[in-house]
Amino acid sequence: MKQYLLKFTRQKIFWPLTALALFLVLNLFIDPGFFEIEIKNNHLFGSLIDILNRSIPLVIISIGMTLVIAKEGIDISVGSVLAISGATAAAIMEHQNIWLALIVALIVGIVCGFWNGLLVSVFEIQPMVATLILLVVGRGIAQLITGGQILTMDNEIYSFIGTGFLFGFPFPIYIGIFVFLMMIFLKKRTAMGLFLESIGNNMTASKFAGIQPKKIILLVYTICGLCAAIAGIIVSANVSSADANNAGLWIELDAILAVVIGGTSMRGGRYFLGGTVVGALFIQTLSTTIYSIGINPQIVMVVKALVVILVCLMQSESFRRSFANMGKKKVSYT
Amino acid sequence: MVSEYLLRSEGISKFFPGVKALSNVSFTLKQGEIHSIMGENGAGKSTLIKVFTGVHKMDEGSIFFKEEQIDLDSPQSAQNKGISAVFQEVNLCENLSVAENIFIGREPKKNGRINWKEIKKRAEQLLLTRLNIKIDVSKVLSSYSTAIQQMIAIARAVDMSSGVLILDEPTSSLDKNEVKQLFKVMKSLKEEGMGIIFVSHFLEQVYEISDRITVLRNGQYIGDYVTNQLPRKDLVSNMIGREWDENSNHKEKQFKNLKSSELLLSGTNLARKGSINPLNIEMRKGEVLGLAGLLGSGRTELAKVIFGIDKPDQGVLYLNNEKIGSLNPKSSIERGVSFCPEDRKVEGIINDLTIRENIILGLQTKKGLLKYIPMKEQERIANKYIKLLRIKTPSIEQSIDNLSGGNQQKVILARWLATNPTLLILDEPTRGIDVGSKQEIRQLIFDLAKEGITILFISAELEETVACCDRVIVLRDRQKIGELQGEDMTESKIMDMIAKGDEIDETIPS
Repeated sequence: MKQYLLKFTRQKIFWPLTALALFLVLNLFIDPGFFEIEIKNNHLFGSLIDILNRSIPLVIISIGMTLVIAKEGIDISVGSVLAISGATAAAIMEHQNIWLALIVALIVGIVCGFWNGLLVSVFEIQPMVATLILLVVGRGIAQLITGGQILTMDNEIYSFIGTGFLFGFPFPIYIGIFVFLMMIFLKKRTAMGLFLESIGNNMTASKFAGIQPKKIILLVYTICGLCAAIAGIIVSANVSSADANNAGLWIELDAILAVVIGGTSMRGGRYFLGGTVVGALFIQTLSTTIYSIGINPQIVMVVKALVVILVCLMQSESFRRSFANMGKKKVSYT
Repeated sequence: MVSEYLLRSEGISKFFPGVKALSNVSFTLKQGEIHSIMGENGAGKSTLIKVFTGVHKMDEGSIFFKEEQIDLDSPQSAQNKGISAVFQEVNLCENLSVAENIFIGREPKKNGRINWKEIKKRAEQLLLTRLNIKIDVSKVLSSYSTAIQQMIAIARAVDMSSGVLILDEPTSSLDKNEVKQLFKVMKSLKEEGMGIIFVSHFLEQVYEISDRITVLRNGQYIGDYVTNQLPRKDLVSNMIGREWDENSNHKEKQFKNLKSSELLLSGTNLARKGSINPLNIEMRKGEVLGLAGLLGSGRTELAKVIFGIDKPDQGVLYLNNEKIGSLNPKSSIERGVSFCPEDRKVEGIINDLTIRENIILGLQTKKGLLKYIPMKEQERIANKYIKLLRIKTPSIEQSIDNLSGGNQQKVILARWLATNPTLLILDEPTRGIDVGSKQEIRQLIFDLAKEGITILFISAELEETVACCDRVIVLRDRQKIGELQGEDMTESKIMDMIAKGDEIDETIPS
């Protein structure tokens, strides 16, 4: 038993999971009713459900980001792509039917992701620079689509995507689970996981092994764009409006953080989808906690930063080692 | 008394985890001489240079500079002593001006501020007087050709040096005229009394420029020779000839009759700029064909072109009488061509992955992205090859990083065997691994050939090439200079071919 426990602590997911658990317990002290879940009209209500529900856009985007980071890349345009897809859906829905709106919004995400992938793989532009283009231009495009206003939507089906309930649970949770399972499927049931991890780890050797890195890179950026579009639909459906300026603002930073907290290295190679999900949940819990404690809004960012630094340090093996060695006397062999 | 030696080192040894990179190497450099260091990949040339420049700290031995013992523990200390080096890749800043590049880190100052006028003046003077080149020193470095950039790097090194200049492969990216220019400069520096250490794998150049040659092999000091008293053949033999200390059990070789066998591969006029000059190659089914030649002769480069890692600029390749249109690793693997590359660490293993994943990687790319090999099958394949190649590991889920060099090499071999190749290209499969694994891999090559797999074999050790191959193509300076087979294929004849100068080229039938 002890052995298994020890083995578990060595798993990448151990530290983010511990941090998440710690925060949930902390919340229990602040609000004794934190873990309570009520059933009203067959719908589940409660803080936990709420956190889960709200974190779904971040979870989905972080999953896409995980793939990109696994190949030593980064996609900082996800927030803008999210805004574009929401705006597209809203604009089309004004005159056309909702299904067309949804499909086009998703296609827009795919096109954006493909564009990023093209710049990175074929033209070999550094990922940060390549995706910076869409980060900057993307919100402008979204504004063009919405005509500079916040478009409101009035469609039952669409708002169900953001606020509806299915079998007691909020609908977005199902979307999140679906995306997660799809990515697990890609990783475990196709060779994509193997190829991605090997090009992320050693590009040259992968080429010698016959992997075609360009295709894989194109694929992961496209998936990342698609994930951002899905998140965009959920976000806009949740508030029944598309805000080109503020939807998904800074979400790319939270997503990168979620990936790193989840144990995937920015240097590429092995990637951990489960870890990423825990990381995203942790960030959402942190935000919720900070608000529920009632910390002065002006210093919210500082508190968030401190906690994140702490988690990152816990994850760093060399930090843990130096921490463990503290207080131990130095032994000299002379 | 003026000391005879500018730089003298005794008994230098350097250990890396698991490898003895240098053992008991001595080296001397006189004032006003050009001294070449020769050796194949992994012979210890670069390690020795890195010891002299303070990049690596030696584990044993001593170094004397003008007969005074010195302690080189950092690049800084070597520079302070006046030992400066120019490495293969120009180590300058492309976006700074020539003058800035020459004086970076040691700018002349006036009242605490950089004296730009002085820098410009001194840079111009330096280039003109020492190297005899006149260029605008305020232009950015990248506006000049590689050859000029190299000269600028040398100028910087010369200015900082007080007698010892190390040039590591300075000619590998230069054309003939530029090499001539460089040699002129080297000669004039020599006249001035500098000692120059020259590393190059071009035999011609070494014979043209150097006064003495030190030969290293497998980290051992082989000898120190006066250039014009060392026949080329002896030099080649010292570098790649039989290792007498290793009592290899030579089997009586049987020559296969392959004349009747079908043609598997034929290439005509294959060429790629900067790696191989146009040449023809033919391979018959079941044959083991060796590529012999020194480092940089085109042996690895030819293999890379055949596999499709590097695309040929011209020429056509036929496999099974079928013309190959687009050449790339994936399509090559699909056609049954496998390539086990020379540099295991960079081109072979994928550290993060497990042994199982590393083994099935080649087969998986052959099958494609969507046809993922089921886990049971993966385990079966991995276990099969671990048993077949006797890879020593507690489990197939072990990270490949934890294995020794020999076992890693076997994993990479397993990766390629698992793809069921008809043509297997082995580029130095026994390099840098222990003697036991070496024997096992050689045995494996015999067994594979017996099973009818065609093998293209490259090795820096001639003895190994002769022992394993049915036929050998000899390369020198990116050209095919001959072919040997049967009784004719001996170490001595191959070395003769490699050592002969350009002038005798025409007499060799090809």
